[in-house]
Amino acid sequence: MQSQAARKPFKPLPYLLTLPTAVFVAVFTVWPVLLSIYQSFFRQRMNIAKFREPSFIGLENYIDLLNDPYFIKVIGNTLKYIIGTVPISILLGFLFALLVNRKVRGVGFFRLAFFHPMVLPMVSAATVWLFFFTPDYGLFNTALRFLGYNGPQNWTGNPNLAILSVIIVAIWKNSGYYMIFYLAGLQNLPTDVFEAAALDGANGWQTLWQITFPLMRRTTLFISTIAFIDAFRTVDHIFVLTSGGPSRASTVLLFELWSQRFEYQDIGVSAAITVIFVVILLAFTITNFIVSERKEA
Amino acid sequence: MSAPIPKKARLRKQIGSWLVNAFATGLALLWSVPVLWAVVASFRPANDAISHGDVWFSNTLTLENYLHAWSLAPFGQYYINTIIVVLTILVVQLVTIILAGFAFANYKFLGKRWVFFFILLQMMIPTSALLAPNFATIRELGIFDTRLAIAIPYFGSAFGTFLMRQSFLEVPRYLVDAGIIDGCSWWQLILHVYLPPSIPTLIAFGLSSATWHWNEFLWPLIITNSDSSRPLTAGLVRFTQLGEIGAQWSLLTAATLMVTAPLFIVFLIFQRRFIQSFLHSGLK
Repeated sequence: MQSQAARKPFKPLPYLLTLPTAVFVAVFTVWPVLLSIYQSFFRQRMNIAKFREPSFIGLENYIDLLNDPYFIKVIGNTLKYIIGTVPISILLGFLFALLVNRKVRGVGFFRLAFFHPMVLPMVSAATVWLFFFTPDYGLFNTALRFLGYNGPQNWTGNPNLAILSVIIVAIWKNSGYYMIFYLAGLQNLPTDVFEAAALDGANGWQTLWQITFPLMRRTTLFISTIAFIDAFRTVDHIFVLTSGGPSRASTVLLFELWSQRFEYQDIGVSAAITVIFVVILLAFTITNFIVSERKEA
Repeated sequence: MSAPIPKKARLRKQIGSWLVNAFATGLALLWSVPVLWAVVASFRPANDAISHGDVWFSNTLTLENYLHAWSLAPFGQYYINTIIVVLTILVVQLVTIILAGFAFANYKFLGKRWVFFFILLQMMIPTSALLAPNFATIRELGIFDTRLAIAIPYFGSAFGTFLMRQSFLEVPRYLVDAGIIDGCSWWQLILHVYLPPSIPTLIAFGLSSATWHWNEFLWPLIITNSDSSRPLTAGLVRFTQLGEIGAQWSLLTAATLMVTAPLFIVFLIFQRRFIQSFLHSGLK
């Protein structure tokens, strides 16, 4: 089909056309990875005079990080954050899609209500939620008091609740996004399966969990991928709500990377964290690719 | 056939559907509370009962919070910065993704797979993970604290390239061949043959790109240092940390809504297109 281009001798045009994109990818994706790998083998701290010049220390940055209880805590927080946000927002997304995928009046309102947080900047969303989490008169506490609960009040300042408040905001913001993928999936479902199920006398609940949800498997896998990557790369709300505190209770990997680089000015350690970060993301993407290819077969 | 059973079943179904509706309404209202609350709070006088979270029942409405917030921080400049950054990214991206997508869809060339794979690396490693080394690159380029610095890492888009390639591949080959016979040059092929059927894809990509960059926070935060380049999101966070703001919630919500409003209003008008676009931007 495209043989005419192949038969001719070397033509520079296709290379020139892809060049701009390739150059930007090279400068802002590939080069930074290589630079981080290189820098991670050096000790360099910009705010300490004797460490300002880089000195080679081999794997010490990595060894230090893995022996640092704070860094282990950050990894733990990241896991907590992922476990706290990903499954719940996916399930909520599925629930929203079921509620919106009906032929009743007002569906447009439901869809808008569930989806609109997605369009807001995360910092705006978090600023509004900041009020809800305010001690004493915040909406959250008022509601909890109404339900007869008078426990800890200071959500974002409490070491046990800080990460929960960050998780709540993320769930509120993202569930509607996942809804639209399920919605698209639901609308493409073959109807004959449901007719057969109805003939077999399956009730709504059985149909839902034994037919609809399994048929959505590919959608679920796909949404899990975006949800997982999103959990890693969004920390905007942490800046607004908790600044990673109290005592790093809500610091996740990317936030830690930011503070090592821009608060502690530690080039070597932040480079090592970048490398760890990239390895995790690549491992995840590749595993995911293999899994979805296998299911195809 | 006995009549009463279907009747009973229908009644059960009716009640069931009622319950589901009530549940959906409750959930939808719950989900809307934050934004509704913010809108109401932003129009309440600053000295109202807002410190008790009680904004719903009162009959005074005022614009003073917006005016006050506007006077406390250069929101006009933030608007200009955000709009310039979003438009710059969009225009450059449209050029680069159309050219690259066209090359991958229309030509066979040595190493095509490798070039494609190289570009796709960008989709596997989110830019936010690379903020430390990219900060170094921006310093090196001498463009720290400029609008260009916010925009430049996004000038090439692997995802956009992929999307355009997919869309261009759907253009029937005979149309392309007819164009070649008519003497179209490569850019005429793009303009007259490939682009017209791909406009919906371009719009979808454009909407999600604009939303994404309007809302972006972390990269602009670290790469700007003055109000002359700071966009709305970074400006808002700076505003919330101003000493004189404290817990003046009506003021804070007014600022928050100013940052959000233009994009949000466009979203309300073109809701379906937005949702389509987000759907597109996920389904690769």
